[in-house]
Amino acid sequence: MGLSDLSASELLDQLQSGAVSSREVTQACLAAITVQDTAVHAFLHVDAADALQQAAAIDERRVRGESLGLLAGLPVALKDVLCQQGQPATCASKMLSGFIPPYDAHVVTKLKQADAVLLGRTNMDEFAMGSSSENSAFGVTRNPWDLSRIPGGSSSGSAAAVAARMTPVSLGSDTGGSIRQPAGLCGIVGMKPTYGRISRYGLIAYASSLDQIGPFGTDVRSVATVLEAISGHDPRDSTSVNQPVPEYSKSVDQPLTGLKIGIVPEHFSAGLDTEIAAAVKSAIDVYRSLGAEVREVALPHAKYCIATYYLIACSEASSNLSRYDGIHYGHRATSFKNLNEMYAASRGEGFGAEVKRRIMLGTYALSTGYYDQYYVKALKVRRLIRQDFDAAFQQVDVIAGPVTPTAAFAIGEKANDPLAMYLSDIYTISANLAGLPAISLPCGFTTGGLPIGLQLQGRPFDEDRVLRAARMYEATTDWHTRRPNG
Amino acid sequence: MSYDVIIGLEVHVQLQTQTKIFCGCSTAFNPDQPNVQTCPVCLGLPGALPVLNRHAMRLAVKTALGLGCQIAKFTKWDRKQYFYPDLPKGYQISQYDLPFSFDGHVDVDTGSGEPRRVRILRAHLEEDAGKNVHDESGRGRDSQVDLNRAGTPLVEIVTQPDLRTAAEARTFLQAMHSLLTFLEVSDCNMQEGSLRCDANVNLHVHQPDGSKVATPIVEVKNINSFRFTEQAILHEVDRQWELFQKTGKTIKDAPKTTRGFDPDRGVTTPMREKEEAADYRYFPDPDLVPVTFTDADIEAIRSEMCETPVSRRARFLGEYQLSAYDADVILDQGRAVADYFETVAKGSGDPKQAANWVTQDVLRELKERRLTLDAFSINADVLMSLLKRVSDKQLTIKSAREVFLLLLEQAEEHAPSTVRIDAIIAEKGLALVQDTGAMETAIAAVLARNAKAVADFKSGKQAAVGALIGQVMKELKGADAAVVREKIIAALS
Amino acid sequence: MALPLDTVKKVAGLARLQLTDTEIEMFSQQLGGILDYVAMLDELDTSAVEPMVHAIELTNVLRDDVLAPSLPRADALQNAPKQDGRYFLVPAILEG
Repeated sequence: MGLSDLSASELLDQLQSGAVSSREVTQACLAAITVQDTAVHAFLHVDAADALQQAAAIDERRVRGESLGLLAGLPVALKDVLCQQGQPATCASKMLSGFIPPYDAHVVTKLKQADAVLLGRTNMDEFAMGSSSENSAFGVTRNPWDLSRIPGGSSSGSAAAVAARMTPVSLGSDTGGSIRQPAGLCGIVGMKPTYGRISRYGLIAYASSLDQIGPFGTDVRSVATVLEAISGHDPRDSTSVNQPVPEYSKSVDQPLTGLKIGIVPEHFSAGLDTEIAAAVKSAIDVYRSLGAEVREVALPHAKYCIATYYLIACSEASSNLSRYDGIHYGHRATSFKNLNEMYAASRGEGFGAEVKRRIMLGTYALSTGYYDQYYVKALKVRRLIRQDFDAAFQQVDVIAGPVTPTAAFAIGEKANDPLAMYLSDIYTISANLAGLPAISLPCGFTTGGLPIGLQLQGRPFDEDRVLRAARMYEATTDWHTRRPNG
Repeated sequence: MSYDVIIGLEVHVQLQTQTKIFCGCSTAFNPDQPNVQTCPVCLGLPGALPVLNRHAMRLAVKTALGLGCQIAKFTKWDRKQYFYPDLPKGYQISQYDLPFSFDGHVDVDTGSGEPRRVRILRAHLEEDAGKNVHDESGRGRDSQVDLNRAGTPLVEIVTQPDLRTAAEARTFLQAMHSLLTFLEVSDCNMQEGSLRCDANVNLHVHQPDGSKVATPIVEVKNINSFRFTEQAILHEVDRQWELFQKTGKTIKDAPKTTRGFDPDRGVTTPMREKEEAADYRYFPDPDLVPVTFTDADIEAIRSEMCETPVSRRARFLGEYQLSAYDADVILDQGRAVADYFETVAKGSGDPKQAANWVTQDVLRELKERRLTLDAFSINADVLMSLLKRVSDKQLTIKSAREVFLLLLEQAEEHAPSTVRIDAIIAEKGLALVQDTGAMETAIAAVLARNAKAVADFKSGKQAAVGALIGQVMKELKGADAAVVREKIIAALS
Repeated sequence: MALPLDTVKKVAGLARLQLTDTEIEMFSQQLGGILDYVAMLDELDTSAVEPMVHAIELTNVLRDDVLAPSLPRADALQNAPKQDGRYFLVPAILEG
């Protein structure tokens, strides 16, 4: 059995016992990248020498008997939206081609403190806008389960790299489902924690009030361990919440008794693929067999979540992306007559179509005469959506349902229909609007062999319960042990 | 036809914090070393996030309380969006619909007895932009951008259009300067741009039928001195009046325009109009959270504030009976000099004397020695002791001046102190003689030596006493001339 | 309903985005479609609902006024498309 067959939590056990060295694990990852990434294209940048050097340093410290961090020696891949000092951070955009941040994101600092090995930077939809990787300026990432299909997005490379066992774990960001949707489509585990649980400092912003960083892994335990390592209050992020971080890695294996699971009837209505509906329903049956109580809950405003999301996210994005003006960093056009033309040409050349589309929508929604009609209206509906969840969580502990309406679609299938693409986020978006923690984990396969994901959403700051509920299911099933080409 | 001048000001005040409003970079004025006071936050680098400076918020509230403003219980930050090279994020973090304070006023002395009440519409807290340095050669070379100043905390104070003359606008700004330096919320250094203003000016022209017609509003931007403010408004008034007579255009015919002031030529000049109408697309900054204030919070800040110069001036005139002139001279020097004066006035028991000494002797010495008050060797307690000896009739004013100068002269070897005052008085024999025995002995001796003068006096030549007083004073070295005179006359009658 | 081309151009101007004619035409259609879709929010009476700006609603997050190290100038300028070692450089800003 090769190293790449092991989950992160298994690797950490072996690293700690000395059965393997970090250098060996890192080399195995680099070898897997060499073999597989030509086809998958999960990575935008791998600094092999730097990764091996980090690994060797940790091995040395282990030999010396120094106390090491929670992730000591474990390779971690980073979505190209997270700043790491001295490494490129492009957000898969021509705009940031060549940009090298002079500082570390908070999560990068946390990973370094946990003695993780920073392996490389993964492909994504440009500026985290998209659900397929087709918006990357540097080429599409392919789904390891079927190379003609998309891996989901926007954290496409982070999901595909874990699914293809090129890295045991990775970090992504989730604004409307950008961790959970690719995790579901790639047959791995991905979690978006509560808004404010992980500092956004150093996460290149798409939509500030919705963006959250989260981990990918091949099993729930691995995700729990990485989450524990990167969570916690950061005084540099005003929206970071000062709440104690439970030891998820220790509690994740404790089953929950008296678990109350909510299901939303509308989730299973029109638009949901029948194979996915069946897989999710049988997952809920597994919970019943484990003693959980399952009851229906209502989320009456759920159907408004996509409209609400696109207005809020695009409004914030139009502002967040104003800083890319070709002056202090980023792409500058070479041909212009004056300053104003320089702005417009640089931004016109630097951004791809989807980014421009969202900037246009957001600029329109914030402009004089439309602000109340679109932006403020969406903020009000956002509160109604949050209130639906507050009421539902009076009755149940977690809400279970599908991650995506369909399994991975073919590359190019929805490229020219933005609204159809947006609708693929229908089940994931509401957790961002409400700020809730939510996880995606494997719960089956289509007859065509494509992974199906199960989503569990929980109360704010109740990651512990969400992880334990996920692990309860995982422990009685073997979907997470399947791998592409295996 | 005649017209009224209508002026409203927007005053920008940099707060004197150590660090910028949203990051830990220094706010020091440092134009010679561009781009050394920046970090990911104030460079607007991707991923960086702002966190509000507590001290900036506190100083802003003090400013607003000094302006008699209400403090909002709930306030938030908004993004004002526009593109400019000195604005690295493409938006300025400012406050739009819920500023932290509103509804204040400042009374401005118009010199005509009745003060002008200038209402304050609002005051809000925001970040300053960086600085663009333009190529002056006219060859169209690149402009340079320095972001040292980007993110300096700024309070913008917006008045109602209540000012009526250029001189009033200048006086208003001077009152703001005095208030803000007194409250120690800003150094108000106008050369360094710590206090700048935009003036909105137009005319209400009286029509023969008694109605009034308003000319289009012009905003003169970024004026950085009292004098320029006055000059810019004066020029703008003349220009608008001429234009109105020529074109008759009113506020209904033309939108508000912006102009700059050229101090070399003393004229306002048009600024480039933006290509499309400004649409700042304000919306709440999702990276920052709201700030709330309780009554207790506001009272705590109020309680640590010093008295405003306006109320202090009233007290100087009433409590200490100072002339308006002396009160203004003292208050114009700032809070430290006013505090110094008050210590001396209270302790010496003679406020008028204290005012004379502070406005003349102390300020003269400070000026000659190019010192600020905190570096002046005679502190308020020492001057108070000195003047106390005058009011207790232990020392003449003339002798006190001599002591004052000696204290300064010898300050290097002996720090001025009450002990030093007494040592100098003793050394120089300057003490006023209180011992009537010694005085009577001296008088008897002088009368005995000056039979002619005594006879002259007795025969009615009152003037003869003068010479006698002089001799007694000389013998005693320190005596109150009035007492000596009294005693001589008593002895001769 | 397509968004009028003039509106698309005006919004692109505000956003400082140079668009090709093809893009203007495409965005006119696509943005129009999205706006038709989001009009569903008008079904809801939200007159009594407070807007929700933040996912988790905090207040009073402030930092102390304490100096932190700034970046060396070279690091501040390192990603600039044009700089002279001291300043960021931009095409002449016309002021008059």
